[in-house]
Amino acid sequence: MAAKQLTKEKLREIHSLMVEGRILEERLIKMNKAGEGYFWIGGPGEEAFAVPFGMLVHKGQGIQSDFLHLHYRASATVLAMGGNSIDAIRQMRSVSTDPYSGGRNFVNHYAIKRWNIVPVFSCIEPQYLQALGTAHAQREKGCKGITVVTGGDAGTAEGDFASALVWSSRPAGISPMLMIVTNNRFGISTPWDGQHGEKNVADRGKAFGIQTVIANGNDVFEAWDALETAMEYVRKERKPYLLELSVSRLYGHSSASGAPRWNEPDCIELFEEKLIKQKVMTKEECQAVHDKMLTKITEAYKQVQLEPFPDPTSIYDHVWSKEDGNNGRDTFAEQMGVDFTHNPPQAHH
Amino acid sequence: MASIAQAIRMALHYGETHLEVSDIFGEDVGPPLGGAFTVTQGLTKSWNSPLDERGIIGMASGLGLAGKRCVAEIQFCDYIFNTIDLLKLAGNTAWCSNGEFNMPIVVMTPVGSGIHGSVYHSHSFDAWAARIPGWKIVIPSTSLDAYGLMLSAIVDPNPVMYLIPKALMRTKGEELIPGEPASDKELRDLIDAPVDAKARATWKARWPALKEHYVPIGKAKHVRQGNAATVVSYGRTMPIITQIANRLADQGIDYDVFDLRTIYPYDWEALKASIERTGRVLFVNEDTEVANFGEHLMRRTCEELFYSLKVRPRLLAGKQIPGIGISPSLEDVSVPQANHIEKEMLELVHEPA
Repeated sequence: MAAKQLTKEKLREIHSLMVEGRILEERLIKMNKAGEGYFWIGGPGEEAFAVPFGMLVHKGQGIQSDFLHLHYRASATVLAMGGNSIDAIRQMRSVSTDPYSGGRNFVNHYAIKRWNIVPVFSCIEPQYLQALGTAHAQREKGCKGITVVTGGDAGTAEGDFASALVWSSRPAGISPMLMIVTNNRFGISTPWDGQHGEKNVADRGKAFGIQTVIANGNDVFEAWDALETAMEYVRKERKPYLLELSVSRLYGHSSASGAPRWNEPDCIELFEEKLIKQKVMTKEECQAVHDKMLTKITEAYKQVQLEPFPDPTSIYDHVWSKEDGNNGRDTFAEQMGVDFTHNPPQAHH
Repeated sequence: MASIAQAIRMALHYGETHLEVSDIFGEDVGPPLGGAFTVTQGLTKSWNSPLDERGIIGMASGLGLAGKRCVAEIQFCDYIFNTIDLLKLAGNTAWCSNGEFNMPIVVMTPVGSGIHGSVYHSHSFDAWAARIPGWKIVIPSTSLDAYGLMLSAIVDPNPVMYLIPKALMRTKGEELIPGEPASDKELRDLIDAPVDAKARATWKARWPALKEHYVPIGKAKHVRQGNAATVVSYGRTMPIITQIANRLADQGIDYDVFDLRTIYPYDWEALKASIERTGRVLFVNEDTEVANFGEHLMRRTCEELFYSLKVRPRLLAGKQIPGIGISPSLEDVSVPQANHIEKEMLELVHEPA
């Protein structure tokens, strides 16, 4: 369905998810500044792309559903797929109830098997290579699922992005893989201009005969249409596709830069202007959504404060697969490891 | 008797026909070459990748995440080093996702010296691999173990690094693989691709009726029993040690010899029992000596078995140099050879307690 055909209810739903995602991220930043989490990285400013993306995914488990290899700015995508904002707060506070990593990983590092969201990691490019594998599995005859991999503009520099172009387009292995580059024109603190000789990242796909499109990721309608076109192409043609979306980065790279608010276009403000102009929502209704989400996120935050930190003796759990039994515990390493009797661990920050 | 290369080939065939292996891939792995060491000739699930090691490990990881079973090859371990972070990611997938995902993949790669492979075809990887938690690491030194460890690696739900001592690739086994024909020629005629390119283009392997044989990961092989001293090794140096131990046994010195077979999680119980009994131990491998895996075994020996030792524990390893020179006069002094090993074994038993 083209974006202009979206119903008022659907537009309101998109707006609500965008606002929830933003307020969630702002809460996570506050938590970091208050010392309630060691590090923040996330995606405030990418909601206009992230929410339509989450809505358009064919979610599920196994190769007949879409595989997602996300980077760490995908909070609003996970919410749009049905994720709970409280779970990101749990990961931020690194409590044992963190469903994505059990208090082990940075915030916005998801892992949701039932929706094919494979583990997100802090490295900025290997996801393109792992995506080759799920896309290869989806070359199976009759398969309907596709692989979608996301990264930033600076995350196209190392070579793994180039490998993804080479492998996904090679005649012996053409793969149903959508590569999405969100271009915020920064790599941590370094501006795009000094590091990129190419005019657009998407241009690199052309050398491999890969379909490429550049779109405005700050506009919900344009992002929706670009994503829908790209996903339908990959789903039907079983070929790779490269989509570059320009986006804002509203709070900088991470907490390492202090996460101050940046003066860049705000996709939620832009969307609300359109919703009000098209009489989908009034200004007051928009504000009511912000108030509602603020209450929801605040309540979730309060709940998480009561939840326990991980049991220190769990460090050896899940070294191995659950299929090995005993919670995947590496009892061999445990035997030669930390002596918990003589060095009692402290279960607090 | 099958060579190690033939044994692995038969294991991979068993894997693709009985154990749901969907992809066997890497550089030159598919036809026409079938692997730089012929390990993947005649397989139906084999295919050639671009010459891109990071792509190979990434592809394997993605297949694992998709629930497929695959065996990926890095043609020589010397070329695996630019994939270290991908190996780390594969090894931490289960842990970082709190058990949500696992990574059931096998990565095989030839290791070590012995073919005058110069700087980039002689490296070892055992110490490096041992520093990547979340992986199981195996290294066979006989054909039957090569077969049985590969089957175990394929069915394991975790990432398994399968190191192949390249110097032993053509070494014939002394035990038949279940289903293997007794005649070398017959096996060769069945599963070795013809060298002639024209004949090879239409060639198809005729596989013997292979049967399952699993060598459990984590179990060392007690190669020979004795009370004089414990010798622990794996890979290329293993048959050399066995030969020396057999010869010295005729002179009345009985060594307790172990082929570790699994580098992680290794069979400490077996080593511990032996070292406690003999009070003398030598660890041998050919990786460079600083931060060597044998050093780890030395540490455990010193910390846990110190009061059982009669003499100092010993490690014989490769020299701490940037590469292995191609000239035999250089290679021979860079990594343990039979004369070095025998000298250490004799000193070990003759050192006064």
